[in-house]
Amino acid sequence: MGMKSDIRLIDDNGLRIDGRLPNQLRPIKMEVGVVKRADGSAYIEWGGNKIIAAVYGPREAYPKHVQESDRAIVRARYNMAAFSVDERKRPGPDRRSVELSKVISEALTSAIFVEKFPRTAIDVYIEVLQADAGTRVAGITVASLALADAGIPMRDLIVGCAAGKVDDVVVLDLNKEEDNFGQADVPMAILPRTGEIALLQMDGDLTYDELTNAMEMAIDAAKKIYDMEIETLKAKYGGDVNEQ
Amino acid sequence: MSSKFTEGVVAESKRSYIHKLASEGTRIDGRDFDEVRTIKIKTGFIQRADGSALVELGDTKVLVGVKIEPGEPFPDTPDMGIMTTNVELVPLASPTFEPGPPSEEAIELARVVDRGIRESHTIDMEKLVIEEGEKVWVVFIDMHVLDYHGNLFDACGIAALAALNDATVPAERFGFGEDFKLPIIHYPVPVTFAKIGEWIVADPNLDEESIASARLTVTTNEEEKVNAMQKGLFGTFTYEEVKKSINRSLSIGKQVRKIILGDENGKEN
Amino acid sequence: MEEEKKVRDIVVPGEEIVAEGKPGRGVFSEGGKMYSMYLGIVDVRSGYVNVIPLSGCYIPKKGDKVIGKVIDLAPMNWVVDINAPYYAPLHVNDVPWRVGFGDTGRFLEIGDVILAKVSNVNEMGQVWITLKEQGLRKLEGGHLIHISPSKVPRVIGKGGSMIQLLKDSTNCRIYVGQNGTIWISGEPDGIVKVIKAIRMIEREAHTYGLTDRVKEFLERGDE
Repeated sequence: MGMKSDIRLIDDNGLRIDGRLPNQLRPIKMEVGVVKRADGSAYIEWGGNKIIAAVYGPREAYPKHVQESDRAIVRARYNMAAFSVDERKRPGPDRRSVELSKVISEALTSAIFVEKFPRTAIDVYIEVLQADAGTRVAGITVASLALADAGIPMRDLIVGCAAGKVDDVVVLDLNKEEDNFGQADVPMAILPRTGEIALLQMDGDLTYDELTNAMEMAIDAAKKIYDMEIETLKAKYGGDVNEQ
Repeated sequence: MSSKFTEGVVAESKRSYIHKLASEGTRIDGRDFDEVRTIKIKTGFIQRADGSALVELGDTKVLVGVKIEPGEPFPDTPDMGIMTTNVELVPLASPTFEPGPPSEEAIELARVVDRGIRESHTIDMEKLVIEEGEKVWVVFIDMHVLDYHGNLFDACGIAALAALNDATVPAERFGFGEDFKLPIIHYPVPVTFAKIGEWIVADPNLDEESIASARLTVTTNEEEKVNAMQKGLFGTFTYEEVKKSINRSLSIGKQVRKIILGDENGKEN
Repeated sequence: MEEEKKVRDIVVPGEEIVAEGKPGRGVFSEGGKMYSMYLGIVDVRSGYVNVIPLSGCYIPKKGDKVIGKVIDLAPMNWVVDINAPYYAPLHVNDVPWRVGFGDTGRFLEIGDVILAKVSNVNEMGQVWITLKEQGLRKLEGGHLIHISPSKVPRVIGKGGSMIQLLKDSTNCRIYVGQNGTIWISGEPDGIVKVIKAIRMIEREAHTYGLTDRVKEFLERGDE
């Protein structure tokens, strides 16, 4: 956020640099069952983001001291490939990915019936192969698909979506330029059935009204992404459903 | 080991007691839902630091030291100073803190405090240039938790702001002219809420934190702008709850800011 | 409910289920409504609305026959992987042999495959298995494959009809563990045929007319 630049991010017609309207999502494509070895997996392309997620477990949690006697622990690991960004990223966890892994783990936990599997771990590996802003919300969306594909019991799917502010305009789903030179970003994850907010972060500079606008925009868009999730999951088995 | 912040398993009796109190509109230490614990701030506590503040938020105690040194600017911001934040959860502060590399809790905490300060443009970074593209002042904000009784997010955020507000750029020591006060242009204050059952309380103490289902930190500045938010833990918030919390943060933050800036009782200097 | 057997509805986690009946397995209720816990198919029977997951791990139940692999030895027990969230210990008292302390490796080695029964499961998820019952034993040779445990009933078929069909038309010996692990022994050609047929059942488990298609496949010999 907040790098200074002379780039105009919104043109005279109110369009954004990639031609989108303020409340328009980037194109999204989803697929499940992409990692055969895993218990569940999914892949997403969201704008220029390419992210793959795989789920292993529930399986006995090791080391033993991390076990919880009354529930499963959900261990999401958000990792960016070295080649996923313009300037090579040093491999391995940095402070950012540690924080994101933590908030993603917490958000996923809120949707999972963790009490069904005491002492186990549900490992969710999120690999960002190409990054184009909004990786955490795309990552949580694809992780949700992978969890459903793995047969993990959940009270809802999870949808990630972000909104923010660029050139003093509240916009949905920031792309990389908008993220770099914009004024605020509000990543969220939502349980679409109940509308509960499972992940919420924000940085930048927003008035109360701008902030609530942004959140409402993201919540609205989450419904569309939710429909895509449902369609993607059903499509995996869809071809044969109504066969007699 | 869900969180190093929680003190192990909470007795079920304590949980139901806190819930019962909440349903009656009060809290285990008698506070109102929006009432912050007593804040005590002692600035200039560490003479060797360029700015420092020892802050007590109830029984939670945090010491922040600011060191300022010349260094190289980042290539993409040659005309700006640099700030970094770090938190140490030293084992002396709690039986649940362990020695070793920073835990994910410590990293999250540092990054949330960092975002509050950075995104609000607390420090006028453009005034921290010694020679454009070559040399700028680097502001190191190191937070040491000394006694953990809940809500480190706010304690650290308050202490960081107080310490920055207390800091002097040691130009003379490095031969770059006269010392000058670190230019502070905004005053972000984090306010953290804990969701307990269906109730949401500000500035949770240790007992409340250990039974909270969800946590939300909202950092706002003196212009009533929101600069940072962070939701944590396994529970969720409704959109209405989030909106209310932002409003509550704006008004609680205003009171806390007065205390930090010494406009109200509470400053012991 | 005359239509209930016609179309198997696929549901996703959190999706509302509108059906007559009480919430059964794989279903949770909230505010008087029923929702699916799983990506699965809705199955209404005996007054209960169930969701059968289309994937997922095996959740041990007392009395289940399972096929497991020995993965570790201890002085008084073996540790067996039964494809569940938890490993299952097999105690020396639960085998038909007299095993001396520290002598476990003489009877079952790491990598050995056994047909065992779940003798107990507690609320902590701990599982105990036994070999002390007619028919339970170490499985020598043969070939192992895994399927989703939720599809085991389809592989077995009504009253064992599907598995009997597979056995009869390939001359293979087949054991199907409730945990989704299947052991097959016989001539290589027969094993290949069984595996292909099982993969077909797995893929099309949520469709109707499956038995006929499998029969056709087995007679034809290709897909």
